[in-house]
Amino acid sequence: MKIVIINYGAGNIQSIKFAIERLGYQAVLSDNVDEIKNADKVIFPGVGEASSAMNKLRESGLDKLVPTLKQPVLGICLGMQLMCNSTEEGDTKGLGIFDVDVIRFTNEVKVPQIGWNQIRDFKSHLFEGVTNESYIYLVHSFYAPVCNETICVTDYGVNYSTALQKNNFYGTQFHPEKSSDVGEKILRNFLNL
Amino acid sequence: MLTKRIVPCLDIKNGRTVKGVNFVDLRDAGDPVELAAIYAKTGADELVFLDISATEERRKTLADLVRNVAKEVNIPFTVGGGISSVEDVDILLQNGADKVSVNSSAVKRPELINKLSSKFGSQCITVAIDAKQIDGEWIVHLVGGKVPTELNLFDWAKEVEQRGAGEILFTSMDNDGTKDGFANKALARLSTELNIPIIASGGAGNMQHFVDTFKEGKADAALAASVFHFKEIGIPKLKEKLKVAGIPVRL
Repeated sequence: MKIVIINYGAGNIQSIKFAIERLGYQAVLSDNVDEIKNADKVIFPGVGEASSAMNKLRESGLDKLVPTLKQPVLGICLGMQLMCNSTEEGDTKGLGIFDVDVIRFTNEVKVPQIGWNQIRDFKSHLFEGVTNESYIYLVHSFYAPVCNETICVTDYGVNYSTALQKNNFYGTQFHPEKSSDVGEKILRNFLNL
Repeated sequence: MLTKRIVPCLDIKNGRTVKGVNFVDLRDAGDPVELAAIYAKTGADELVFLDISATEERRKTLADLVRNVAKEVNIPFTVGGGISSVEDVDILLQNGADKVSVNSSAVKRPELINKLSSKFGSQCITVAIDAKQIDGEWIVHLVGGKVPTELNLFDWAKEVEQRGAGEILFTSMDNDGTKDGFANKALARLSTELNIPIIASGGAGNMQHFVDTFKEGKADAALAASVFHFKEIGIPKLKEKLKVAGIPVRL
């Protein structure tokens, strides 16, 4: 299986590579259009600030490529947010794969949310074998509200989407690569799609 | 529900853990990667590595360590100690660190916090603050609490938040090493006046201290070193106790 992690200069992507290796697979980091197109699975990571990440995607032309991909694609954290219509962070237009606008948590809760919270209401194979209310690791200030493409929710002052799916596109707000055994199961489920 | 985090801290010198550890099941008591993996397996929510090396090769040694930890460990970790530039942070994040913590360099050049948070995002920038009370006022200190600054803890903490820090790691030098409990009054004030997560550090001696710092100190996470390294407190037992006390934890 050929797994490509899209490398567009966004933060900590080694962790995802290492997590995939712990599961017994290999992954390559790449910004090459053909290599990404020909992969069996594509991971679209993202750590950092939305508008600068989106600029980097545009500079490399990857903003045009990602929405046309046919194989399973997993956006993680900011990667998931950039797959939405837009995000309030830096007033950024997204890739428009998921039909939802990402907004900031209100100051009724501490922002960013950092730490382990619970996931529930699963509506996808991505969560096969995962117990309801399992703990996953999150670190974010912006969130996708619940929408038609929501496949998992979490409560942090508000119920919001911790995972989205549309056709072959998946996104998780949490970091499966940092979410201990639960995260590894979800990552494995994705690789087995 | 978002849970309270338990965070063991490992002091690192030249790629090895410094403070003695008392883990009979460790093959190599000085190997931070092995220790980190054990903590991850036994329920630690996050790890902090504090580098105190002062050699020429420190940057490379630390980067190698971070890479090895990231390979082995499936929970998040923060790296701190001597970080003073965008380049320093870039190297650590590229090698697999989830967050970095800055301390002295932020006091000397506060604009560093703005630079780091705009380049890497607030979520991965922790600002560590060491403080102790002088004539009843909490004063920020440098060099592990030896050198006082002009800064008031609460003013500095607010400035740090405004400049884009994602989290504050507050160590009370008055409590550190006493095993008498955390500085809960100061912690509660920080937690109330600021809107970013606060990690409590300094003073952990028994399990009740953790209950107190989450309840009275309103801390979002609690950090400790020796009580974990010497197995005075086991993390699974600690979490059971916290749960019984009504504190949300990941079990």
